Amino acid sequence: MTENPTTLGTPGNGNGRTRMLTINPVTRIEGHGKVTILMDERNEVTAARLHIIEFRGFERFILGRPYWELPVIVQRLCGICPVSHHLAAAKAMDRIVGGEQLTPTAEKIRRLMHFGQIFQSHALHFFHLASPDLLFGTDGTATSAFGAPAAQRNVLGVAAKYPELAVQGVMMRKFGQEVIQATAGKKIHGTGAIPGGVNKNLSLTERDALLQDVPQMLTWARSAVQIARDFTLEHLVELLPFGSFDSHHFSIVRPEDGALELYDGVLRAVDRDGHHLVNGVDCQRYLEVVGEEVRAWSYMKFPFLRSLGPEKGWYRVGPLARLNTCAFIPTPEAEAARQEFLGLTHGKPNNITLCYHWARMIELLHAIEGIRDLLADPDLQGTDLVAQGPRREEAVGVVEAPRGTLFHHYRVNRHDEVTLCNLIVSTTHNNEPMNRAVTKVARDHFTGKTEITEGLLNHIEVAIRAYDPCLSCATHAMGRMALRVEVVDPQGNVLSARQSE
Amino acid sequence: MPTALKPRVATTSLCGCFGCHMSILDLDERILKLAELVEFDRSPINDYKEFQGRCAIGLIEGGCCNEENVHVLEDFRRHCDVLVALGDCAISGGIPAMRNHLPVGETLEHAYVKAPGVWNPGGIIPNDPALPLLLNRVYPCHEVVKIDYFLPGCPPSADAIWDTVVALLTSQPLTLAYERLKYD
Ligand code: SF4
Repeated sequence: MTENPTTLGTPGNGNGRTRMLTINPVTRIEGHGKVTILMDERNEVTAARLHIIEFRGFERFILGRPYWELPVIVQRLCGICPVSHHLAAAKAMDRIVGGEQLTPTAEKIRRLMHFGQIFQSHALHFFHLASPDLLFGTDGTATSAFGAPAAQRNVLGVAAKYPELAVQGVMMRKFGQEVIQATAGKKIHGTGAIPGGVNKNLSLTERDALLQDVPQMLTWARSAVQIARDFTLEHLVELLPFGSFDSHHFSIVRPEDGALELYDGVLRAVDRDGHHLVNGVDCQRYLEVVGEEVRAWSYMKFPFLRSLGPEKGWYRVGPLARLNTCAFIPTPEAEAARQEFLGLTHGKPNNITLCYHWARMIELLHAIEGIRDLLADPDLQGTDLVAQGPRREEAVGVVEAPRGTLFHHYRVNRHDEVTLCNLIVSTTHNNEPMNRAVTKVARDHFTGKTEITEGLLNHIEVAIRAYDPCLSCATHAMGRMALRVEVVDPQGNVLSARQSE
Repeated sequence: MPTALKPRVATTSLCGCFGCHMSILDLDERILKLAELVEFDRSPINDYKEFQGRCAIGLIEGGCCNEENVHVLEDFRRHCDVLVALGDCAISGGIPAMRNHLPVGETLEHAYVKAPGVWNPGGIIPNDPALPLLLNRVYPCHEVVKIDYFLPGCPPSADAIWDTVVALLTSQPLTLAYERLKYD
C-alpha cells in the first residue's frame, strides 16, 4: 500500500463521537449484505436483520455541480438499471428547464429506452440470477430446490442443464440492451436523455434492426411467463407461506385510469385488501406521502407512508406491488396474464412473496408488447427533440424502475448549481419487507436450532432474492449476495456463523 | 466441478456501480464461450464467495471506499497472477471519489440527518459494528495494491473486455483498437 488509508468511523449517535482506526490486514468476511439473527434463551428468533453496508454519499457530493450533468452522473449509482436513474434525473431536469411538456419524439424515445431497460433487467434477474433456485428442484419440491449444491446455482449451471433456456435468457437481455443502445447511445450509462428532451431519434436502420428480433422476443417472453406461472402453481403449497406476509403496495399509475405505468404517473398505495391508501397524488408532493426512517444498523433507510407512521406505514414496491396497485395493464397479452395471476388470489392483492417472479415475467411480456407498439410509431423518427420553457428552481422526477418506484428530487439555483439532492431508490422501499421476509423465514425454519446448514442459509437468500434487490444502488453486490448469517444469544455471543459457500 | 487445467478467472465489485460487471455480461453469447476457455472462480455472478484456487486473472471493478474493499482487493492480489483494474472507478476512484474533497462525517450527516423527508428523531447515523468502516477518501486500486493492467471506460465495452481477456489468456500483447479505447 503506497499510502496507509486512515479509517474514519461513522460519527456516533449524533453527538459527534467518531471512531477512528487504521486498517491492518485483518481477516474479514467478504459480504455486501449481512444477516444477523437474534435468538433468546428458548432458541426462538427474536429479531433478524438484513444489514446494508455500503455508503457512497451522492446526495452530498453532487451539490454545486451544474444541473445538466445530473442525468449522466447520478446513473453511476447503479450499472444494473442506469436507465432508470438517467430518466428520473432527466425528468426532474425537464421541469427545471421548463421543458416537461416533451415533444412526442422525445417522450416516445424515452419510453422505448425505459421498456428496453425493464426487458433486459427482468430477463437478467429471472434467467441469470433466480432461475437456478427455481430450476434445480429435482425432487419436485420448491424448498428443497433452494438447497441445490452451490456450484450448480449459477447461470452456467443452468446452461449446462438447460442450454436452451440459458441462451434465451442471454439473448433476451441482449435485445433489451440493444434497445437501450439505440435510444441512449450506449448500453450502459448512456447519454440519450437531456434536460427537456433527447439528443437523438431512432433511425429507420436502427428501427428495422430491432423489429427483426421482436417476434422471437415475444415468443420467448410468453414462454417465460409460462415457466414462472407453472413453477408457482406447481409449488404453491410450499410457496404460499415462504417469507410471505400481508402488506401495503405502492407504485405510480396512469393518472386517467389507474393503468400500469412505468415511465410517468401519479402515486397510488393500496392496503392488503386493495383499498386505496393514497391515490392520484402528484409526484412533486412525494414528501407529503413518504417519510424515511433511519436505523443505526443499516445504511439503507426505511420508507413509510406518512399517513400511517413508521410503525404501520411500510409497504412493498416492484413488479408484485405494481400488479396489485394498477387497475389493468394496457397491453392485451400482459393483461390476460395478469387476469390469470389475479385469479390465484381471487382478485385481491397478491401477498405471496415468491409471486414476485411471476409478476416480473408478466411485466417482461408487457415491455416487449410496448416495444413492438412503439417501434411502429413514426414519431420515433421525428426531428423535434427538445422542449424548453420558464425556469424552475425545484423539481421531482419519478419513474417505476424495474425494482420499483424511484424518486429523484433536486433544487437548482440561478447559477445552474445543484443545491439539493434527495434520492429514494427502489430497493430502499423494500427494506422493511426484505427484513420481514428474512425474519419470517428465520422464524419458520431456524427456531429451536443452533446449527445452520447451507440449504437453510440459501432459504434466506431466496426470500431476499424474490425482491430482486438492486444492491448496487444501496450496496454493490448483485442478486447473488455474499451473505453471512450469525446466530447470536441474548448476551451477544455468536453461537453459530455461516458464510454462504 | 473445478478442472485443474483451465485457467481461472475471478471478478469482484468494490466501490463500483456494477456497470463494469454488466459490461462483462454484455459479452452475451461469448460469455458461454468464455466459460469453455476458463473456470470462473470467485465472482458475484456465481455462488463462490471465497477463492477456490490460484487464479490467472482477477478483474477488479471499483475503487476502495471502505475497509472491506481493501481486504477484498488484497485478497485478490494474493490469489491472482494478473490484476486488471476494470473501468474508471478502479483506475481513479471514479464518480464515488467525488466525495474525496468532503469530510466523511459531513456526507453521512447530510444523508441521514439533513435530507428532506428523513424521520430521525434521535439524530442517528448508522454506526452498527456490522457496517464496515468508511475510508477517509475513495482510493484507486493501484494505491492499495500493485495493478498490472488498466482498462479505461465507464464501463469498458464488452469488446474491450473480450480483447483483453483473450490477449491475457493467449499471452499475446494487448493492443486495443482505437474505437475500443474509450474514457466514457
Ligand atoms: S467505471 Fe463506470 S461502469 Fe464501472 S463501476 Fe465505475 S461508474 Fe460503474
